[in-house]
Amino acid sequence: MAATGDAILEVRDLVKHFPLTQGVLVRKQIGAIKAVDGVSFDLRRGETLGIVGESGCGKSTLAKLLMGLERPTRGSVRINGREIAGARGAELKQVRRNIQLVMQDPYTSLNPRMTVGDIVGEPYEIHPEAAPRGDRRRRVQALLELVGLNPDHINRYPHQFSGGQRQRIGIARGLALQPEIIVCDEPVSALDVSIQAQVINLLARLQRDLGLSYVFIAHDLSVVRHISDRVGVMYLGKLVELGRDSEIYGQPAHPYTQALLSAVPVPNPEGRARRERIVLQGDPPSPADPPSGCRFRTRCWKAQDVCAQQEPPLQLRPGTWHESACHFPQVHQVIRAF
Amino acid sequence: MNMTSTPPLPAWGAGGPGSEPLLAVEDLHVEFATRQGTVKAVNGVSYSLYPGETLAVLGESGSGKSVTAQAIMGILDMPPARISRGRIRFRGTDLLGLSEDARSQVRGRRIAMIFQDALSALNPVFTVGSQIGEMFRVHQGMSRRDAERRAVELMDRVRIPGARQRLHDYPHQFSGGMRQRIMIAMAIALDPEVLIADEPTTALDVTVQAQIMELLAELKRESDMGMILITHDLGVVADVADKIAVMYGGRIVENAPVHDLYRAPAHPYTKGLLESIPRVDRKGRELYAIAGMPPDLLDMPPGCAFAPRCPYRQDNCVTEAPPLYRIGPTRGGACHYWREVLDGSHG
Repeated sequence: MAATGDAILEVRDLVKHFPLTQGVLVRKQIGAIKAVDGVSFDLRRGETLGIVGESGCGKSTLAKLLMGLERPTRGSVRINGREIAGARGAELKQVRRNIQLVMQDPYTSLNPRMTVGDIVGEPYEIHPEAAPRGDRRRRVQALLELVGLNPDHINRYPHQFSGGQRQRIGIARGLALQPEIIVCDEPVSALDVSIQAQVINLLARLQRDLGLSYVFIAHDLSVVRHISDRVGVMYLGKLVELGRDSEIYGQPAHPYTQALLSAVPVPNPEGRARRERIVLQGDPPSPADPPSGCRFRTRCWKAQDVCAQQEPPLQLRPGTWHESACHFPQVHQVIRAF
Repeated sequence: MNMTSTPPLPAWGAGGPGSEPLLAVEDLHVEFATRQGTVKAVNGVSYSLYPGETLAVLGESGSGKSVTAQAIMGILDMPPARISRGRIRFRGTDLLGLSEDARSQVRGRRIAMIFQDALSALNPVFTVGSQIGEMFRVHQGMSRRDAERRAVELMDRVRIPGARQRLHDYPHQFSGGMRQRIMIAMAIALDPEVLIADEPTTALDVTVQAQIMELLAELKRESDMGMILITHDLGVVADVADKIAVMYGGRIVENAPVHDLYRAPAHPYTKGLLESIPRVDRKGRELYAIAGMPPDLLDMPPGCAFAPRCPYRQDNCVTEAPPLYRIGPTRGGACHYWREVLDGSHG
């Protein structure tokens, strides 16, 4: 996973608000769900950027924005310098070729009435210029082989495959147009434990062989650590910490990151009674009405008056080599064996 | 500091192997009649639970871990399910021999269960107060008012903030973590002797999972309740269990005190699972992956169900199903080559 310096994907101040409306005849907007609220990062060529966060933090909306499946309220997403956020029609179609999505649930993301060959080859219907008609079957078989499936199974239907194999079908479809970027949205969380490692290994191998860049969105912190070069932590629509994997896991500076890491159960019973655990109180606030200032302050044990008044930007802060969004950052190693 | 100095927990709880188990599943077999044929979901499962003990039942989807629990609770749909053999003894009495009337005296009152999906386990058209209170009205004939008072106490006990104000709220008005607390409140309402928790935190975020696991541990400390924790998560197990039963293809392939199992697994499946977990020191390297896929319960191989995926496989594994070999006073392993697995040498 040798990431070179240049950014292949540039995300700047990305915002997505979903309007909340009221009324049947005259709909008026009474508020907005602030799903993604000012996210910026770069993805470098050949790199894996992990995005972690809990449900409702906006990570799946972020995936859709990167893919151009949702139109952002504000902000920009550039792939190789070309804007996807405002693009329409033929322009959007062109930019999108370069970024593909692997979804969470291999049971609902494949059409049960289509053969595997049709599913994997469907991108060629939308982008006929990518492969001449006569060559498609051969290409689909090559893709199946690439992801570790039997190319002779091209005429089978999704239900004839197990969960892990279906996820491979989804990955093969994602690779059909030879994209440079793959957005993986919880790619292994629907799979059995013994199958997860197979799919993670496959993704790592494809990255090495094809020079892919990944945005890897997941809630499983140990999986994200394994595959990522850098990691961003999201809370209520914002990145609260962004850095190299060793920095985020080894020297977390934001209290939310520390709490998140300490909550992960460690698959080793030795010394379990002595383990430090930061148990957060309550639930995350609603993204329709986030707290003023720092969004984490309502659950933070360090919160002071300034946290309610000023929003801490994501930036380099004294004592750390990576960016965090906390007025009182303090590197605190949460001892974890995972 | 010597990491191995932690004394292993007594595998048989405070009572010791001589005392009577609270609950004992003996040679349980459960089948399902389907259009494609007979699905053998549980094939000779035995485990026991002593007061104050936490037994984790670990397995993947289709391993039979939840079906066993449903058989204990008596909530299997029969047919299509059929218990073809075995006993489930609760304080010495075989539950399978009881009348439905007698069983309903045990269910919910002395053995209670919580489920993964709290939203579908709660009734959407009744307030949470009336659903918790129902436990007291139905089982103890309490008046509506007294039941309501007890419901508030329970909601306080499972740390639902503002219990009195939230009594008349409906399930959809609560977050996932709070709904799971409501279900726990209902389960512990009548002070059960056994609590079965079936993937209680799988649908929850990690920080909420930590809250719920802490709550369960606290409730267990306050009483002498035995707990069966059904999960697929090796991390959750390591945090709370006293002993573990690992299930695969409807059988227990290994049972052991928690420290022994993590230190040195005796079955290739357990070993494979532990080795496939991403860890810091494995970063950048290929993860160990168990080859192949779980067995087809409609068409179980005659020998060991794990044999097609097993790196230790020999000829006899394909023909002879291994019994649960006794490999220590409190350990069992269903592998012909458990010695090699335990030594760590790959076959």
